[in-house]
Amino acid sequence: MTATLSRSTFSGLRCKECGHPYPAGARHVCEDVCFGPLEVVYDYEAIRSRVSRATIEAGPVSIWRYREFLPIEADPIDVGTGFTPLLRANRLARRLGLNNLYIKNDGVNMPTLSFKDRVVSVALSRARELGFSTVSCASTGNLANSTAAIAAHAGLECCVFIPSDLELGKVLGTLIYNPTVMAVKGNYDQVNRLCSEVANTHGWGFVNINLRPYYSEGSKTLGYEVIEQLGWQLPDHVVAPLASGSLFTKIHKGFQEFVKVGLVDEKPVRFSGAQAEGCSPIAQAFAEGRDFITPVKPNTIAKSIAIGNPADGPYAIDIANRTGGSIAAVSDAEIIAGIQLLAETEGIFTETAGGTTIAVLKKLVEQGKIDPSETTVAYITGNGLKTTEAVASAIGEPFLIEAQLDSFNSAWDRAQSLHRATWETVG
Amino acid sequence: MAVQVLIPPALQTLTSGEASVSLEANSIDGLLAALEERFPGFGGRICDESGKLRRFLNLYVNSEDIRFLDNQATALADGDEVSIVPAVAGG
Repeated sequence: MTATLSRSTFSGLRCKECGHPYPAGARHVCEDVCFGPLEVVYDYEAIRSRVSRATIEAGPVSIWRYREFLPIEADPIDVGTGFTPLLRANRLARRLGLNNLYIKNDGVNMPTLSFKDRVVSVALSRARELGFSTVSCASTGNLANSTAAIAAHAGLECCVFIPSDLELGKVLGTLIYNPTVMAVKGNYDQVNRLCSEVANTHGWGFVNINLRPYYSEGSKTLGYEVIEQLGWQLPDHVVAPLASGSLFTKIHKGFQEFVKVGLVDEKPVRFSGAQAEGCSPIAQAFAEGRDFITPVKPNTIAKSIAIGNPADGPYAIDIANRTGGSIAAVSDAEIIAGIQLLAETEGIFTETAGGTTIAVLKKLVEQGKIDPSETTVAYITGNGLKTTEAVASAIGEPFLIEAQLDSFNSAWDRAQSLHRATWETVG
Repeated sequence: MAVQVLIPPALQTLTSGEASVSLEANSIDGLLAALEERFPGFGGRICDESGKLRRFLNLYVNSEDIRFLDNQATALADGDEVSIVPAVAGG
């Protein structure tokens, strides 16, 4: 089948560990040799001959402006995913002591307000090409939202698997698209194992299992967009959340690919990763100088990144080490404070994963691990309206008043004195 | 000590297509030896030269990852179910 790929720029799959080649079907594991992960093989000369800054800028305002770098053959499912805002975050920068801080805000990605729309758009486009009629996933919430929504748009049958203790907004945000939802009594890693077994027996396209080589490539667009939005330049430092570690490694790959095909000048970019203390197997391994992951059982409010057995953890550690970055973990209290800080300084309401990223950003600045002059990009990957219970007890409540001027005036006085008290506390 | 072992499709060529096999073993190490004895070549597929499980494979005893138990020294009891699952998934 690889010989017939006319418009596509990829030729097949290859084991990332041992290099063993495979045809471009629905498979994710080096089954013939070492069980390592499979990756898409591209013809970078073909890509170089087809793309330029001008062709990309003339493309659709979505991830599909980079379609030559994505593993599909025919027309994609384009639901407007991608090209989310890159915001210069001056107020947050001042609070943290940075000079050049940007927020890449995938909390407003389309259609389901997280970066997962990128990977699912690619995975379901490929699933359709490979002839799947039913698609599925093992999800911590955002992925289920995205798979269900884009499957609905594409007219694919959908059955998703989630841990049974997810936030209500994430469950509702899946059910509305009317897929079959399996709420598994267990943590994400148990859901994932079950799905690996279901994938073996049901002939479905699991976006993050047998379609994972295609799916994960979607995250590269978070790298491409930042380069383009910075005026075709690489940043100096990125900070991104780590769950499986896939997003982190694919942003790095995206940067490298744009260098490789001559779209941007090479320069060192430091990669730093963020985890929640209650689920920090990658941060623990990094701190101890290990190159292997010891799995943990998650216990954190940051459920969207609570993966205790992260598939790409070793690769994330390798990138952080090679680029001079860091991997750090923060407490649940710091995560909530991170959500509030981003909201109050930049008007962006992110979920717990984003709070983790901001809290780690703050920590790394305080530890001197981010230079104030570095052009730093923090990746915000999800929307706070999906996980309101995480912050409900930490934020204030409205002043309940009568529809009378007196009532308003007295409440306003109380508000002003509360405001002053807060400032005195902050110092 | 009969335990049931769930074999992923990638390894079923070595088990004549069997997706589930019953074997006698007291530990994971014992089970790996029993698999090799029953299906020659099986051990070399799932372990490296030093006899350690390949890093991209996970083993579960009754759904618990053996890394939360005693790794390859994990004891097995009559009726236990062991699943062999490729690790590279999810996220």
